[in-house]
Amino acid sequence: MNAPRAAWWFLTPALLVLGVFFLVPVIAALGLSLTDYDLYALADIRHLRFVALANYWDLLHQERFWSALGHTFYFVLAGVPLSILVSLGAALLLNSPLARCKPFFRTALFAPMVTTVAAVALVWRYIFNTKYGMANYLLGAIGIHPVDWLGDPHWAMPTIILFAVWKNFGYNMIILLAGLQAIPADLYEAARIDGASPLQQFRHITLPMLAPTLLMVGILTVTGYFQLFAEPYVMTEGGPLQSTTSVLYLMYNEGFKWWNFGAASAVAFLLFVIMFAVTALMLRVARRGATA
Amino acid sequence: MLPARWLVLLGGVVLALAGCASPDEAHTLTFWTIGREGEAVAKLLPAFEREHPDIHVNVQQIPLPAAHQKLLTAFAGDSTPDVSQLGNTWIAEFATLRALEPLQARVDRSTVVKRDDYFTNIWATNVIDDTLVGVPWYVDTRLIFYRVDLLKAAGFSAPPRNWAQWRKALAALSRPQQGIYGILLPTNEYEQLMSLALQQDEPMVRDGGRYGNFRSEGFKRALSFYVDTFRLHQAPPITAVEAGNPWDEFGRGVYAFYFSGPWNIGEFRQRLPAGEQDRWATAPLPGPEGAGVGAAGGSSLVIFRRSRHKEAAWALIEYLSRPDVQQRFYDLLGDMPARRSAWDGDSLRNDPKVLAFREQLEQVKPTPPVPEWERIANEMQLVAAQAVAGTLSIDEAAKEMDRRADHILEKRRWILDHERRVAGAAP
Repeated sequence: MNAPRAAWWFLTPALLVLGVFFLVPVIAALGLSLTDYDLYALADIRHLRFVALANYWDLLHQERFWSALGHTFYFVLAGVPLSILVSLGAALLLNSPLARCKPFFRTALFAPMVTTVAAVALVWRYIFNTKYGMANYLLGAIGIHPVDWLGDPHWAMPTIILFAVWKNFGYNMIILLAGLQAIPADLYEAARIDGASPLQQFRHITLPMLAPTLLMVGILTVTGYFQLFAEPYVMTEGGPLQSTTSVLYLMYNEGFKWWNFGAASAVAFLLFVIMFAVTALMLRVARRGATA
Repeated sequence: MLPARWLVLLGGVVLALAGCASPDEAHTLTFWTIGREGEAVAKLLPAFEREHPDIHVNVQQIPLPAAHQKLLTAFAGDSTPDVSQLGNTWIAEFATLRALEPLQARVDRSTVVKRDDYFTNIWATNVIDDTLVGVPWYVDTRLIFYRVDLLKAAGFSAPPRNWAQWRKALAALSRPQQGIYGILLPTNEYEQLMSLALQQDEPMVRDGGRYGNFRSEGFKRALSFYVDTFRLHQAPPITAVEAGNPWDEFGRGVYAFYFSGPWNIGEFRQRLPAGEQDRWATAPLPGPEGAGVGAAGGSSLVIFRRSRHKEAAWALIEYLSRPDVQQRFYDLLGDMPARRSAWDGDSLRNDPKVLAFREQLEQVKPTPPVPEWERIANEMQLVAAQAVAGTLSIDEAAKEMDRRADHILEKRRWILDHERRVAGAAP
């Protein structure tokens, strides 16, 4: 048996798993998005029609799609920088030579990441309750009027962002912490001898050395945050006034509420195209930044 | 020789296989309830199981927000229950899927389920394309709750019966500068506008459910009445979320009228102090000419086609349909019985707050029997909210509703015409 053939044999199990559980469903969904698979087709497959790109065309003419896209971009543009800043801050604190009980804090800060969304959402709904919640109690203590966190269309998305950032920052924190620990200590030592302030050290050593990690964290977070669904699903059910309905939520509604799987698959592929474009843009900007 | 644990395992498998075929297993009924009904049903079932020792009922409570998708997923995944509660706006959808067992033959043979005893139009919501697929279980309809004392103080000794009287009362009771309104109509709920529209002669879909019919004079009249209530500042243009706690505000006189269903009798009894209980009452929904026409709501009991225990399932439906059981169900939960004889019990006959419902239930009208109706009603309300906000005129709104309804009904038209062509081609 020659070497390439042996290599293929070794690859086969992985390829098979990838094909059955990833490639086939994706192709099936793409096919589905070109049909009008719905309740009627579920009842009788002869009621299935091939509609080419009509689902996509329809979506692009719907206000709901654009407003859901707007909410998703709001969430990504506000949530991703905030999330990375919090992760970076926590990682810097944990990496500081002054920090005590590091394993404890590392675990504590990572804990939200491994909790179940549905369970912690219950706790956060209590915290954000307008009348009895802790958030308004604390605001009241400093003389600020209560905020209807989850009921007011203007406040619901910021509340969701807060919840999502708290839930997810631990993951990035661990990656950034690993990145920080990989920066050679002698760089800081040399900078200190040259008289660089801590801020200058951060600006000229930590940030450039951390840039590749930050880029990866950025892309992972952006793609993750574009797929906003669980947080509004358990906290607000997309409301109030659709103000927390994301693109994925729209897909869920189309698919599982109205049972229009054709249209729902089309939403999924539009979201995929948008995410692909955004991450490609991020990579490009990062590459240009690196060569400049 | 086999090791001992293999023998144990084998024995387990044999037992499990035997279990599948044993008579006990064959008569375990799966019964899905939606929302609060499950708890009350659990209290009614021991008596049923005593009468039918061979049947064991396994009640599964499905929360309302998840119910629709869970039922559809069960259908797609071939795991529907034997019996289920089904909201009567969903019946058309599941009948289209051919998921429900036709029940007419069983009703004909039954000594318990008698069609004449049921409210006529509630029964009609269970007949889809001339086939009976469900038996009404409990009913509801939306009408007006009103503040007797406030109306009296404004010079109205009786609740309004028609739109003209209603408008006059609303005008007298609204002081928008002080944040006091005649009525609360949450702009994100379609049931209120739909009830007004059902009072009209023209249906909201036409040609056998092929097209929307929102441009009819009747619907425009209903929409005008609805929108005018906001334009005249007799209702605040807010959603249910912004309205927060309407029960307290009704109690404090922020709203003199409240447009809702039977479940709020219990809410008001619980939430308002005992001394204020005689300050509120219910009345049939005022109509363009006379009162008492509203939407036929509620839930039915259905048997799924794929059930293997249809006889046992029907026995359960008959038991739950008995007038005495329906009365107990009302006492437990406040869900109103679907049959007239069950209303003769003391708790219903002597309660002045439910009499208006009794009157209106004789005249309720079913919602359009197309599977797409819930989606169309949602779109109708989104457009109506724009008319309330003043961005669309009545004519523009009606046209836009028709456009959206026609779009949603496109597939239905294609199928109906397709079937007609196939039927035409056949000899």
